[in-house]
Amino acid sequence: MTNATRHAVLLSLALAVVTGPAGLASPPGPASSAAIVHVLNRVAFGPSPGDIEHVRTIGISRYIDEQLHPDRLADAGMEARLAGLNTLRMTSREIAEEYEIPQLKARLAKRQAGAKDGDQPEPPAPEQQRRANLVVVELSQQKLLRAAYSERQLQEVLVDFWFNHFNVDARKGADRFLLTEYERETIRPHVLGKFRDLLGATAKSPAMLFYLDNWMSADPNGPHPDTRASTSRVNRFGRERFGGRFPQMDQLAAQKKNAPKGLNENYGRELMELHTLGVDGGYTQKDVTEVARALTGWTIQTPRLGGSFRFDPRLHDPGEKIVLGHVIKAGGGEGDGEQVLDILARHPSTARFISTALVRRFVSDTPPPVLVDRAAARFRQTDGDLREVMRTILTSPEFLSPESYAAKTKTPLEFVVSSIRATGAVMPTAQDALPLVRQLRELGMPLYSCQPPTGYKDTADAWVNTGALVGRMNFALDLASSKVGAIAVENRDALADGGLAALVGHDLSESTRTTVERATSGPQKIALVLGSPEFQRR
Amino acid sequence: MLSRRIFMRNGAFALVSLGFAPSFLARTAYAQDRTRRAKRLIAIFQRGAVDGLSVVVPFGDEGYYRARPTIAIARPKSGEAGAIDLDGFFGFNPRMQPLKTFWDNRALAIVHACGSPDTTRSHFDAQDYMESATPGVKSTPDGWLNRYLQVRKDGAAAVSTPFRAVSLTQQLPRMLQGVAPALAMNQISQFGIRGGQTAGASFEAQYAAAADRVLNGTGRETFDAIRMLKDTNPASYQPDNGAEYPRSPFGQALKQIGQLTKADVGLEVAFADVGGWDTHVNQGSSQGQLANRLGDFASGIAALVTDLGSRMADTVVLTMSEFGRAVGENGNRGTDHGHGNAMMVMGGGVRGGKVFGAWPGLAPEKRYEGRDLAVTTDFRDVFGEIVVRHLGVSDPRSIFPGYAMNPARFPGLFA
Repeated sequence: MTNATRHAVLLSLALAVVTGPAGLASPPGPASSAAIVHVLNRVAFGPSPGDIEHVRTIGISRYIDEQLHPDRLADAGMEARLAGLNTLRMTSREIAEEYEIPQLKARLAKRQAGAKDGDQPEPPAPEQQRRANLVVVELSQQKLLRAAYSERQLQEVLVDFWFNHFNVDARKGADRFLLTEYERETIRPHVLGKFRDLLGATAKSPAMLFYLDNWMSADPNGPHPDTRASTSRVNRFGRERFGGRFPQMDQLAAQKKNAPKGLNENYGRELMELHTLGVDGGYTQKDVTEVARALTGWTIQTPRLGGSFRFDPRLHDPGEKIVLGHVIKAGGGEGDGEQVLDILARHPSTARFISTALVRRFVSDTPPPVLVDRAAARFRQTDGDLREVMRTILTSPEFLSPESYAAKTKTPLEFVVSSIRATGAVMPTAQDALPLVRQLRELGMPLYSCQPPTGYKDTADAWVNTGALVGRMNFALDLASSKVGAIAVENRDALADGGLAALVGHDLSESTRTTVERATSGPQKIALVLGSPEFQRR
Repeated sequence: MLSRRIFMRNGAFALVSLGFAPSFLARTAYAQDRTRRAKRLIAIFQRGAVDGLSVVVPFGDEGYYRARPTIAIARPKSGEAGAIDLDGFFGFNPRMQPLKTFWDNRALAIVHACGSPDTTRSHFDAQDYMESATPGVKSTPDGWLNRYLQVRKDGAAAVSTPFRAVSLTQQLPRMLQGVAPALAMNQISQFGIRGGQTAGASFEAQYAAAADRVLNGTGRETFDAIRMLKDTNPASYQPDNGAEYPRSPFGQALKQIGQLTKADVGLEVAFADVGGWDTHVNQGSSQGQLANRLGDFASGIAALVTDLGSRMADTVVLTMSEFGRAVGENGNRGTDHGHGNAMMVMGGGVRGGKVFGAWPGLAPEKRYEGRDLAVTTDFRDVFGEIVVRHLGVSDPRSIFPGYAMNPARFPGLFA
């Protein structure tokens, strides 16, 4: 950024401050390129060719407002791109029936045959292995394609943020075929809705119930007699239901080791520590136990077969609970869990914890306290309306301040996707996203496979390391010379001739400019921008 | 983060990395370091829960044979199929033969009935707990080996090197994740910039000038690492002392650990893992599925220890697996997920030739939940003893948060 443009930004910012937050809705004069690049780096996965001109034309505030209402943005091209990925539209049960159950049956048959024959079992056939991985691979392709090409960029950034906030690892057992529905039905519809709705959806999702073990948490004094006639005939492992259709599944589903034996505090703890209050949010070990007791019986019908949420009164602890000082009366049944979620969603610590995480993602690794205060206040005023909290953050002077420009280090996902966007790289088919799925694994950020419930870290220290930098430079070189599968970088001459550098937006160092000028080929010039220190920031 | 990097640069190697010093100077810097006897730890994770009762066989416990009618390892002196007697009660699986010589030299110790206080039988959770060393707490952000690296930023470890902690895996394992730098590399011969000399030099110039201090520091480490690796000439590595590494991925990972150790690039912590232990079906006994995996496992470790030779005086090799397997065999001549397991500890200063840990017995009433080998040694006491008595950390509390570490509970692996 030149001194002149920096001056212009500071001036417009100063005026905005004078006129108060409302004045930010229409900043005077055209926005600087640096400010536009900054907005595109945060609200979107980085600028694509043409984006800067578009935002300049409509103005930053209108661009942000449009992105806050993704349903108003046409995105028909996205549907066409994703059309070939069949599992994206399937329910968990359909996926289980199509991909999981045949494998489980084959494995059981092999076990039975193997027990007779004696010799060691063969490793799974490549085709079987491919099918086993297909569901998560298609989901990953989808994520990358949407991030790279969707017009609804903020929605994709937020789906990534909230999935990570309510992280579930595909590698934990049945979760590998539950995540498609989890992202589509549980996360995506709520990212600009009410926090309580999002929280409730995750709490009842089979993916989360399985991942954090709540499905097998039970009152140690149970099982209690079930007084409800409707569910009493189906046991919790779906024995009757599947017994006729898949006799072998009956045996698998009824494995004794999975029978609930007592209270499991995993979900209760993470619900408060990671999803709502934060680790310093003011709860005790006693609260963890009480929350876990309230949530007993929140389980899954036929967990390994793609079943849905079910409340099982036989597993539920019927006694009184006291959560964060609130008394939950005895005999509340399924409502106990709903009361817990109400208490947590409306707790001031939650407003602050969620606001801090959003400000960290969108503004700075060290969230400005005044902005966190304003966002948290907005959260409480609006009963956790996430669109309003986002609006508060994205129209704040702190967000638009030049101090925030390039203040964040890109995660591997942000680096890879912003490279695709900046070069305008073309993926003619959905399969072309496959090499990027592999690339992210190599860069240490395998999609949908973050093991701990914390999700991936959102700060620079997690992502800047020696091996990762080598990986980023090599990706830059490969992409620039169209060596990443069939992904094609077109218009290389225009990109090399300064077009790409303009998209980086903030000052390229003397050294970076010199190395790019000296490079002798277009691909080399492009690679030296994408792999530069400046492009690792956003 | 920033201050740590700057602090760590204040070692001898900082001089080297500021300019483009010749490689011999780098070697000298580390050679000096080595005279201060920096201690090394090589951690090996058997992912999938190895059946410890088939690795270190309690042939003296009658319950073992009653529980395993078809897959037990026979008593010693039963010919080639029998266990290799270690102490009259325990014996090695016959395929562990390559490690017997180290047992005889008292360089190899075993801790049996060792494991987690947590009850989980989930691979996912149990690996997580063993790597974070916080059983029952999933949200611990970093791994215990990384916390060790954070603690030991003083003394001998003050020298900064990109190779201080290296994992020979595609991704950095949970155990090494955290704020201390650690490197994951699958193939050290392929660690470099693919675009040739020009691209590498251009990137190096960019990062050397980067205003961002984190990127600047990491960039330097990266190009240091590339240069140093080039000097070690990984393609033409010849192991010492006639060591022969298996050609398996595990054998090749250990070979690269041997190579990095001997290249004097400042390696303090190395990690490798090996899978294939989840033997629910047709486990085999002295032959078969598990025995084949053990053959690869034992010959790989034997090659590494042989190759390192006298450097083993400053090195400990530690093996672990997330939990053991049920005492009784299942209906498929395999074993299901269990609890207690065996760990091996090899190296300088180890009081080898001994099986540590109280033996709880395999009779049904002695078992954990009626089915599994009970845990008599918390795995954190093994890690803790290594951290304190081998690696020389005087206060391990921050490495093992939430655990009241008490040397009285250490197994006694070190004199």
